[in-house]
Amino acid sequence: MSLDIIKSDLIQYFIIYKPQIFYLIETFVKIGILYGAVMTLAGVLTVGERKLSALMQDRVGPNRAYILGFTLWGLFHVVADGIKMIMKEDFMPKNANKILFTLAPIISLVPILFVFAFIPFGNYINIFGYTARFEIIDSNLSVFLIFAFSSLAVYGAFLAGFTSGNNWGLLGSIRAQAQMISYEVVMVLSILPVIMIYSSPSLSGIISAQGENISGFVPKWGIILQPLSFLIFFTAALVESKRAPFDVVEGESEIIGYFVEHSSMRFAGFMFGEYIEIVLFSMLISIFFFGGWQVPYLSDSGFTLGNISIPVNHYIKVILELLSISVKTVVFSCIFIFIRWTLPRFRYDHITKLCWKYLMPISVLNLVVTAFFVRAF
Amino acid sequence: MSLENNITKLEDGRLVLNMGPSHPAMHGIVRIILTVEGERVVNSEVEIGYLHRGFEKTCENSNYNQIIPYTDRLNYVSPFINEVGFVMAVEKMMGVELPERAKYIRVIMSEISRMTDHLTCIAANAMELGAFTPYFYLINARELLYQSGDMASGGRVTPNYFRIGGTSFDLTPDFIEFTKNALKKVDSYLSDTRKLLERNRIFYDRLKDTGKITREDAVSYGFTGPLIRSVGIDYDVRKYSPYLVYDRFDFEIPVADGGDNYARFLVRMEEINQSRKIIEQALLQLPDGPIDVDDYSVRLPQKDEVYGSIEGLISHFKLTFEGPKTPKGEIYFAVEGANGELGYYIVSDGTHKPWRVKVRPPCFPVTGALPRLINGGYIADIVATFGQINMIGGELER
Repeated sequence: MSLDIIKSDLIQYFIIYKPQIFYLIETFVKIGILYGAVMTLAGVLTVGERKLSALMQDRVGPNRAYILGFTLWGLFHVVADGIKMIMKEDFMPKNANKILFTLAPIISLVPILFVFAFIPFGNYINIFGYTARFEIIDSNLSVFLIFAFSSLAVYGAFLAGFTSGNNWGLLGSIRAQAQMISYEVVMVLSILPVIMIYSSPSLSGIISAQGENISGFVPKWGIILQPLSFLIFFTAALVESKRAPFDVVEGESEIIGYFVEHSSMRFAGFMFGEYIEIVLFSMLISIFFFGGWQVPYLSDSGFTLGNISIPVNHYIKVILELLSISVKTVVFSCIFIFIRWTLPRFRYDHITKLCWKYLMPISVLNLVVTAFFVRAF
Repeated sequence: MSLENNITKLEDGRLVLNMGPSHPAMHGIVRIILTVEGERVVNSEVEIGYLHRGFEKTCENSNYNQIIPYTDRLNYVSPFINEVGFVMAVEKMMGVELPERAKYIRVIMSEISRMTDHLTCIAANAMELGAFTPYFYLINARELLYQSGDMASGGRVTPNYFRIGGTSFDLTPDFIEFTKNALKKVDSYLSDTRKLLERNRIFYDRLKDTGKITREDAVSYGFTGPLIRSVGIDYDVRKYSPYLVYDRFDFEIPVADGGDNYARFLVRMEEINQSRKIIEQALLQLPDGPIDVDDYSVRLPQKDEVYGSIEGLISHFKLTFEGPKTPKGEIYFAVEGANGELGYYIVSDGTHKPWRVKVRPPCFPVTGALPRLINGGYIADIVATFGQINMIGGELER
């Protein structure tokens, strides 16, 4: 009776029965990876946006914050900004509703963070026979759950302006309701055709369906099958993230914004929420329309195109897949930033007009046509 | 508590909003009391006076050359034009005829100022409408022109360049070359901006049909400058009563129809081009010669005269301590400022100091008509209109 036999018995036991402790560890590791990555990306975006806009505008951009003489291309401004936000005076107007005023930034941040739990950020990994999927909550209805949670965030913007006791904030919250609720409808309508085509209301189902190829060599991505849906969803995502050209809710030079009375970390909650929303929508766009973690022609057996096939190690494949969704997310985040610094702001009524007069009919039409084709073929 | 208050205010249908003076779009100095229904402006009252510095009263206690630096602060985006207007009014009262070179320098500097003013106006307007990138392009262009003015006068924003009867210094030898290069670069910045703004659907929708005024109203309110030209009237002081050497240049007065913000934007864009044309022609024609009148009662004598002759020394002393003296009388003289007709009305009692100075700032009538321009529009339109009328606090409130 040697120790080795006991050890191998134990391993056998854990692998076969997958006790709860393994499941817990796996979940915590996944939470750590995903939220670590998202938070880091959102943090880097705060300074990345300033750097990219500087690049577009013929400026230098932030480059002064340093630690021990190293400026790291201005990356330490993330830390400097954070410290500044914490040190600022935490101001609350006298006639504000204390509880809701405090809750507003939390409400606009937490549901958005919760949505990430449904997002598959990789396929699966097999470590010594133990298989783990890169998804924190695996639900059959994850698409609808995502929209359910992300639409809760509108309450944050709405409550912030409404409870601050400031008329400009009030105008901001009216704008927030009108704008964001209209575009939520369009957003869901634009995604329905995608669900129909891949016949799955779960994100992992949609992604794995995009791994196939049309006529052998064109990846079956959403952008190719549903370009119209992509345009509408992208527009709606821009609106939902409350950024230029749809930043009327903030409308800095017009109504100063729904968070006009929020300062210090309360304001930082809104600002950081905006960047997290960018990451979220970039991830969703890459999942719905660009194959999520799919790398073109890469499957379990390696790269296959026609008769040619190159085998790929499992761990390399996992890394490639994780890289695939990361690169797509970063690219779309950058596009969000480029658009913000290129276009002027819409007027409030033009946004609603664009929604109800153009995007809504187009997306309904798209839905009907797609339904017809899915049924017919 | 506040929730109930706000709801009752909304159910009343109308909300009274205080826009400014510390509001990002009000440039820090104007307060508009708005009555809004939802986002639509029902009524508005414009309140000015937050930047009143007593310019006119200060002038009464200074001699004529001492007033010139004050005029820089009137329209602080186009300081040279203010100086030209003032010194020319005084010169006309004294009957001084300038040498050719001085006239050309004044034209060049005025047009540089007109360009900086229009660039700033369009840039700030675009920025307030959310287009940040054109703002930086145009501000870069403006900076080049500021450097050009700096090279001649030694001051970027407040040059204090002209004197009664002349110019403080001659142009530096590399001024012409630098300005020509700067104009080329300004052109490339402008074409970048054009691509971003001119046919941009969002920008067009924001400006088109907002802040509209009819031809008759514009005339009766006393609009001048780009605002009167945007309703189709080609009134321009440079053409209607040419001063300096403006009649020697080939340039057009751009007009547009519509009387809305987009027409104003187009007029300003084209005026930048026309100013560039004038500067290029003036730089070609620029004659050599003296930059000051040869009259010791007006302009300081040369240094060798001061040290070498009793007349030179005593004129230097008198001019430094008392300044030039005007005959008794009154005068109104107007130049085409960047925003319109910039007039100086000076009453003299025959001493070295004016008895009364009154400035006709081009943006005063326009700001008076502001409620008419913004009533009935959206709150967001106020930003577009306010940016395009280019109200400058310094000259509005003096």
